[in-house]
Amino acid sequence: MPRASKELISQLIKRSAWIRKETLLIHKTAPETRIASSLSAVEIFVVLYYGGILRFFPRDPLNIKRDRFLISKGHGAISLYPILADLGFFDKQELQAVCKDGTFLGGIPDAVIPGFETINGSLGHGPGVACGIALALNRKGRSESVFVLMGDGELYEGSVWEAIMFAGEHKLDNITLILDNNQICMLDYCNKILNLSPIEEKFRTFKWDVTTIDGHNVEQVHHALATLKNERNGKPKVLIANTIKGKGVKSLETDALCHIKTLKPSEIDMIVGELE
Amino acid sequence: MMGEKATIRDVFIEGIYRRMHEDKDIFFLCADFGSPKLDALREQFPDRFINVGIAEQNLINVATGLALEGYSVYAYAIAPFLTMRCYEQIRVNLALHAQLKEININLIGVGAGLSYDVSGPTHHCLEDISIMRSLPNIEVFSPSDWILAREFIDYSLQEKKPKYLRFDGKPVEQIYTDPSIISFKKGFTELHRGDRVCIISTGYMTHKALSIVKKFHSEQIPIGLIDAYMLKPFDEKAFYRLASKYSCLITLEEGFTGKAGLDGLVAKILVDQNSAIRLIRMGFDDKYVFDIGTREYLHKLQKLDEAEITSRIRVLLSES
Repeated sequence: MPRASKELISQLIKRSAWIRKETLLIHKTAPETRIASSLSAVEIFVVLYYGGILRFFPRDPLNIKRDRFLISKGHGAISLYPILADLGFFDKQELQAVCKDGTFLGGIPDAVIPGFETINGSLGHGPGVACGIALALNRKGRSESVFVLMGDGELYEGSVWEAIMFAGEHKLDNITLILDNNQICMLDYCNKILNLSPIEEKFRTFKWDVTTIDGHNVEQVHHALATLKNERNGKPKVLIANTIKGKGVKSLETDALCHIKTLKPSEIDMIVGELE
Repeated sequence: MMGEKATIRDVFIEGIYRRMHEDKDIFFLCADFGSPKLDALREQFPDRFINVGIAEQNLINVATGLALEGYSVYAYAIAPFLTMRCYEQIRVNLALHAQLKEININLIGVGAGLSYDVSGPTHHCLEDISIMRSLPNIEVFSPSDWILAREFIDYSLQEKKPKYLRFDGKPVEQIYTDPSIISFKKGFTELHRGDRVCIISTGYMTHKALSIVKKFHSEQIPIGLIDAYMLKPFDEKAFYRLASKYSCLITLEEGFTGKAGLDGLVAKILVDQNSAIRLIRMGFDDKYVFDIGTREYLHKLQKLDEAEITSRIRVLLSES
């Protein structure tokens, strides 16, 4: 897979800063949203949608030729709202109504939103549903890819391991599981709850291909996703994206309790000012 | 032939197996659970049969993914594990999804009630009617005989919704001879007409009710019998039209009473109609069964044996 052009990389970096800013502005009007979880996944979303990785159809979101993207960590996908609006899945005006009466953009996105495939909010469902979709595409001889975004905390769910075992055994090489490895659950660092490491070895044992990158380095994210998407080698792939929960907001980045933290409007104004 | 015995799951699986030859959009999953009739299906369709292992949560989630891509999916396991180990997967991926998208997933649970009598309370299934009826967007099918199950095959393919099929684990006698009296839209069939007292039963208990009602009829005492096989949806108006001619209704089920089981279904209708009809609920008390013995022995402990039910009905008749 050829490396992305310098121009593309520079665009993706700028887009990421812009999406981070837009996400913070959503959080300003909708403090119920999980801001720290949404910030760790910004570069992953940006590369998937602006980096030419995902195939999507904003005016026909369920077009059969789309790549399927399941967001298992639904609470941490507020940063996808400005991307979907920008690409035309829905009107940009809606972004101002997140969590307000009558909108379809809730604190946790569901399949009522154009661009979201499944029901989100309860953790550990994405990998299993992805297995079913991948199996169906495979049996029907279709070439679309299945992507799943999952948080590392979801690895505590037993259902996830049932799916990981299944995907490896059934050689579902059309699945790429992106692990937003931000290392923090709701109450603490994962390594202080039940240490998940070594994650790589766990996946390899279950017959997965493993790639580990810096999840905030768009060049690495792009190269990895572009490579994994096209590699049909009889193995499902996991991309372990090492990220920082609350990335871009210093008060969140250093707080083990950042998952449940809400930023004050004045803080947001200051951070947005710095990003600009 | 009336009275011919067959295992509901075998009849149903054989029917699905036949359909799989012509219908390429059927997928069959199981959680390491078999049936003599499943062997041919497994052998013939290795590309559309998968044993996910003893992993009910993944069974539901894989079924969801397949159904989202247009497959009609059958997911087969032991009833208490199929409904309760993965209840949250059923809620999130079947009940919630089905409100937004068309997904055809048929959960085939074998071992309704005390089918697995001597295996103890983990294998008994006394909660399923109640908990599955609590979920919006899921249909609940509880057949008393294998003719109903055979007739349900077409329905299961045509109605593209999640459904829970609670099948008995043991061979059961044929009850229905004329399939035209079966209506899955209505949900029940009146098997016997009575005058004052009517039993409403589901699944295995309909066989017991039938035997009791026949004895009363031989004594010229007409007791009504309604076999309820679709516990959701259920045509409440049609049911009330039929039930309102009785002064006393008895619900009979192999499930906990006082929750959302068959008794809850009938009680709701009576309350909505502001009805003065007396309702007697027969089923299991609010405790698990650790006693060991045959199904009939366990029924006797719960006062659900034929003799006890019959004498309770005689008392009701003397009161009404």
